[in-house]
Amino acid sequence: MLRFVIRRVIVIIPMLFIIVSLTWALIRLAPGNFYTGEKKLAPAIERNLREKYGLDKPWYVQYRKVLWNIARFDFGNSLKYEGQSVNQILRKALPVSATLGLCAYLFALAVGITSGTLAALRHNSWIDYASMALAMLGISVPNFVLGPLLVLVFALTLFWLPPALWEGFPSRSIVLPALTLSAIYIAYIARLTRSGMLEVMRSDYIRTARAKGLSEREVVMRHALRGGLLPVVSFSGPALAFLITGSVVVEKVFALPGLGNYFINACFNRDEPLIIGIVAFIAVAVLVFNLLVDISYGFIDPRIRY
Amino acid sequence: MPVTPSEPPSILIGPEYAFAEEDVRELVGAEVIVGPSLWRDAWRRLMKNKLAVLGMVIVIATVIASLFGPSLIKAATGYSYDSIPKDPMLTKSFAPFRAPGGKFFWTHPMGTDNAGRDILARVLSGGQISLMVALISTLVSLLIGVSYGATAGYIGGRLDDLMMRIVDVLYSLPYVIIVIVLLAMLPAKTPTGQLAELFLALGAVSWLTMARIVRGQVMSLKNQEFVLAARATGVSTPKIILRHLVPNALGPVIVYATLTVPTVMLSEAFLSFLGLGVRPPRVSWGSLAAEGAQNLSVYPWQLIFPGVTMALMLLSLNFVGDGLRDALDPQMRKS
Repeated sequence: MLRFVIRRVIVIIPMLFIIVSLTWALIRLAPGNFYTGEKKLAPAIERNLREKYGLDKPWYVQYRKVLWNIARFDFGNSLKYEGQSVNQILRKALPVSATLGLCAYLFALAVGITSGTLAALRHNSWIDYASMALAMLGISVPNFVLGPLLVLVFALTLFWLPPALWEGFPSRSIVLPALTLSAIYIAYIARLTRSGMLEVMRSDYIRTARAKGLSEREVVMRHALRGGLLPVVSFSGPALAFLITGSVVVEKVFALPGLGNYFINACFNRDEPLIIGIVAFIAVAVLVFNLLVDISYGFIDPRIRY
Repeated sequence: MPVTPSEPPSILIGPEYAFAEEDVRELVGAEVIVGPSLWRDAWRRLMKNKLAVLGMVIVIATVIASLFGPSLIKAATGYSYDSIPKDPMLTKSFAPFRAPGGKFFWTHPMGTDNAGRDILARVLSGGQISLMVALISTLVSLLIGVSYGATAGYIGGRLDDLMMRIVDVLYSLPYVIIVIVLLAMLPAKTPTGQLAELFLALGAVSWLTMARIVRGQVMSLKNQEFVLAARATGVSTPKIILRHLVPNALGPVIVYATLTVPTVMLSEAFLSFLGLGVRPPRVSWGSLAAEGAQNLSVYPWQLIFPGVTMALMLLSLNFVGDGLRDALDPQMRKS
């Protein structure tokens, strides 16, 4: 088990290297630059700018500098947001995205697992059909449609919730963004839980548990859930990757100052240090989270051994 | 034990031997039943699934509307997705079925956008682009995934290990981030209007799972006798993969391809929503939703119609995909 973990942790470094190099190459190969705007700059100004940002050095020197910076976790200063270092921006934006993502995913787990389990236990009843119908809707309605629609109904018509505001966790402003972000996860988790539980409830060890005289509730909560939730656990790994990209849209719709918003703006502004900083961070987060999920596998299902 | 009277013996032959029905009957002297083709069986199962049939109807209707709608509308009324009315009184956003002045009028069933362009025409044109991108990107991912997975599955051994290790590595990349960077870096006016890059980028995102599925299928098929027979007669490896293995592995491939289409459509829509996908003057459902979201508080119809159309299409595609999976599933389990 330990060897597995160490092997996976070591693999993170070359993967990060590949991702960062790929991103850097894409940014450099692209036409246009962060300082090109509507008007053309005088050649002297352009030369000065290039010298200041080290753009006049040959490309391999700049590449080496980028790699060296990443190794020290120092991503440099943002090119568009004057005076702020990328680390500062990350420190500001990360709590926003993280809170939103966590709230959304925990909510999705709660609602999804509950409805999926209920649907499985009451197979072919109206609860089953209703939850699966809602799950289908959740998968099919895009979050950039759902978000504004929720805003239209709850903020602009009923005036119950603020349309575009961020006040941190225990406030009303998190409800609509978290709801929008969690919709598709509720759908997937409900479907996965339902199919997982349907399969598990037919297996031998559940029959044994019932034969031992356990109440249905104990059978489900203590024994069935463990096996039935395995697909949900394995979904949670890649789900983090979706969460990050999904939040790009949600942050745009609700104008939240999170990582996704900064990332998109950085891409449009060709703000290279910020792009690389965010990409590196996201890559590490996704890899680490996938590893955690794979480790937790071993604890949930005693049949799995590393 | 009581001896049950046996029914007259009957022989079941597969549909591919239907031509030999007479000969078998003569030889064996028993009743010969030609079995139903696996595909026809699956089709019948699919047709029984009401939701899937409804989904197919909606999908086909939308495709036809998107293909012929824009030209029909242009011929009938002169509206198209980029026709801005010359009269400055009309260059604003009207609600559905309303003329200037607010009275009911038989025009613009979906209203107009801020520049006076008819939204119905825009939604249908957007449908053309969204459907085209979804189809072609799925094709790209099919081509890459099937060839990669079939090769890895058939050749096996170290090459298969290596190829699957690459897939695993690529699987854990946050692909969409890289796609976003790639698309953001493209210049505003590329010769193909950015569509070709979109096809490739979106296709590259979804081929991994296809490769895994195909590899699994090929690995379970390659030990069967028809492969041994092909090899014994000297068929070359690429031909075996292409002519023998792939057609037999089609079941799960079809299911996954049908489920990839809505996924890719959603990806293209969200990229267009961010301004990275289809760019003006072309429209796609995602870019229409972006425009609509901006003016939501005053002109909600600008978002509602493209949004509902898109949700309906995705819902129908998902129903069809699920129905296909249920229809082909018992067959898949058999092999």
